[in-house]
Amino acid sequence: MSRLVVASIGPASSVQDGGRLGAQRYGLTPSGAMDRLALAAANCLVGNEPFAAGVEIGPFGASFTARDGAVRVALAGAPRNADIAGRAVALDTTVTLKDGETLTLGFARGGAFSYLAIEGAIRGEPVFGSLAVNARAGLGSPYPRPLQAGDEFTVNAASGAPELRIELPKPAEGPIRIVLGPQDDEFDEANKALFLASEWKISATSDRMGYRLEGPAIKHLHGHNIVSDGTVNGSIQVPGNGAPIALMMDRGTSGGYPKIATVITADVGRLAQTSAGTAFRFKQVSMAEAQDEARKFARLIRSLPDRLRSADTVALNIEALHDANVAGYAVNAVDAGTWQVSAEP
Amino acid sequence: MRCDNKALSSTPALIYWTCGRIYAKQGDAELKAEAALSKKPISTARFRQLMAATLPPPRLLPSGDSAVTVEFSRTIDDDANQRVLALDKALADAGIDGITESVPTYRSLLVHYDPGRIGFDALGEKLLALASQPLPPSAKARRWRIPVAYGGEHGVDLEDVAKALNTTPDDIVARHVAGDYRVAMIGFTPGWSYLSGLETSLHMSRRQNPRLLTPAGTISIGGIQTGIQCLAGPSGWHLLGRTPVRTYQLHRNPTFLTEPGDRVTFFAIDHKTFAEQDRAAEAGELIAEQVAS
Repeated sequence: MSRLVVASIGPASSVQDGGRLGAQRYGLTPSGAMDRLALAAANCLVGNEPFAAGVEIGPFGASFTARDGAVRVALAGAPRNADIAGRAVALDTTVTLKDGETLTLGFARGGAFSYLAIEGAIRGEPVFGSLAVNARAGLGSPYPRPLQAGDEFTVNAASGAPELRIELPKPAEGPIRIVLGPQDDEFDEANKALFLASEWKISATSDRMGYRLEGPAIKHLHGHNIVSDGTVNGSIQVPGNGAPIALMMDRGTSGGYPKIATVITADVGRLAQTSAGTAFRFKQVSMAEAQDEARKFARLIRSLPDRLRSADTVALNIEALHDANVAGYAVNAVDAGTWQVSAEP
Repeated sequence: MRCDNKALSSTPALIYWTCGRIYAKQGDAELKAEAALSKKPISTARFRQLMAATLPPPRLLPSGDSAVTVEFSRTIDDDANQRVLALDKALADAGIDGITESVPTYRSLLVHYDPGRIGFDALGEKLLALASQPLPPSAKARRWRIPVAYGGEHGVDLEDVAKALNTTPDDIVARHVAGDYRVAMIGFTPGWSYLSGLETSLHMSRRQNPRLLTPAGTISIGGIQTGIQCLAGPSGWHLLGRTPVRTYQLHRNPTFLTEPGDRVTFFAIDHKTFAEQDRAAEAGELIAEQVAS
């Protein structure tokens, strides 16, 4: 057994997995990774089940040190600089930390959440089948709270398997797709049109519970109180002040504001990765199209193992090169062993 | 009780009213056997259950591509809530492939499903078919007696509520413990049990300024409801007291005490008893008494 020690970590970072299903009827929200595809990709790289528990890392930096042996990990999700003692580590690849080595992650550059998967996954005591942290309910394992410096995970010693990369489809761009409802009839045509036509920004006060949207005020037809009913990931409710809130993974299981629309499953992770202040729009799609996209999204997750490649088949990681330059690093070499860009400050 | 002929005309049901006794006859074989053929008088409660099948069908409201809200009413309505809970049970019994979770609320059932296994239209048909079935005779509901320390530091709004209603705190407590409540739904945070059946004289609009933090175990009233809040958290309701009972406790069996449909009554305890029971509850005791209904 090895240990992976959290040497430093910013807020909004916690252990997350596929979520806690089956107890929403008791008021227990599912929680789980904000970007399920990124968690699944990171897990797939290190040979874990797609929704095994990994570390969800918020927009700030973090560093992790291997102790008592080597640890094999993979990073996916929001792009950020990553290095081991100055040796750049690319997103969407595996990397093995030797005993005592530290993986240092910078701030997210675009996006919000990155996922660190650990070979053999994080161990803990599941509640309702999940290790996901739900700080409000005191749930999550091994730590029922956001991570802090000094926390550590007991993990498998690195297998020594060859390093891998994963070829993910280019992230979709364009508007966040929604289907109207369940309470779109609480809004008149003009306000629905305003919702669909406007440019929105995610407020800085957003969190895993909900993303507050900044834009024009959306007015209700009959006031903002409805009798509470159930919510889903991506429900867009409109409270009294007219500023919509997209409910995310730590949402209340029921809510008493009219929900004008619901983000489609395939785009919830994209919304989660929209960083505060970035402008975006919504686009209405039909139920048939939304369900087709949901099925495609599920197929994409199932296909992840087919997208693994040997790390040394990549000629040059253009993205890492580009990322390194963007961050002001002088790229001076391509590591002959891994074909990864190595950079020095 | 008023009969809505419009609702009846579109159904195979024929309803007889005889000397205040109610007989129901419907195309459904089970109902025939139960009501018409047996010629036994049926209770008002059973009549309402049978009538539920003749009510307008619920609305199917898309909640994204992987959930559908089956809405029986837009208001807080005990009959609608009974239909919600009946559909929830029927759905669990039906074992429809692709359904992942269902969440009953006051007036609607939220059904989560996997669109890779069943589509919106196919699921909608099945849900409407289940919702059109007559309600089964209600199983004996579980009944809980829940101790509450009213007023003082445990119920900081009790005096204000009494003032607003021109009466004494003791009278408010007397009215609150006299109630026979039903768990209409559990939601918002783990174990938060919304109870229907609050006496009309205690109906009060919520606070203008919701509190950001109210204590665990708070017993409060808001609108036409009363509730048991398990975890500390925000609330806009009026705080009458606190119970040592945990409706949610992680390492206890059962983790969740209440289920939608359970009956609940409250009784007053003093603050010293609260402190003792609170310690016992923390150690994993249920404290709540289950009584025969």
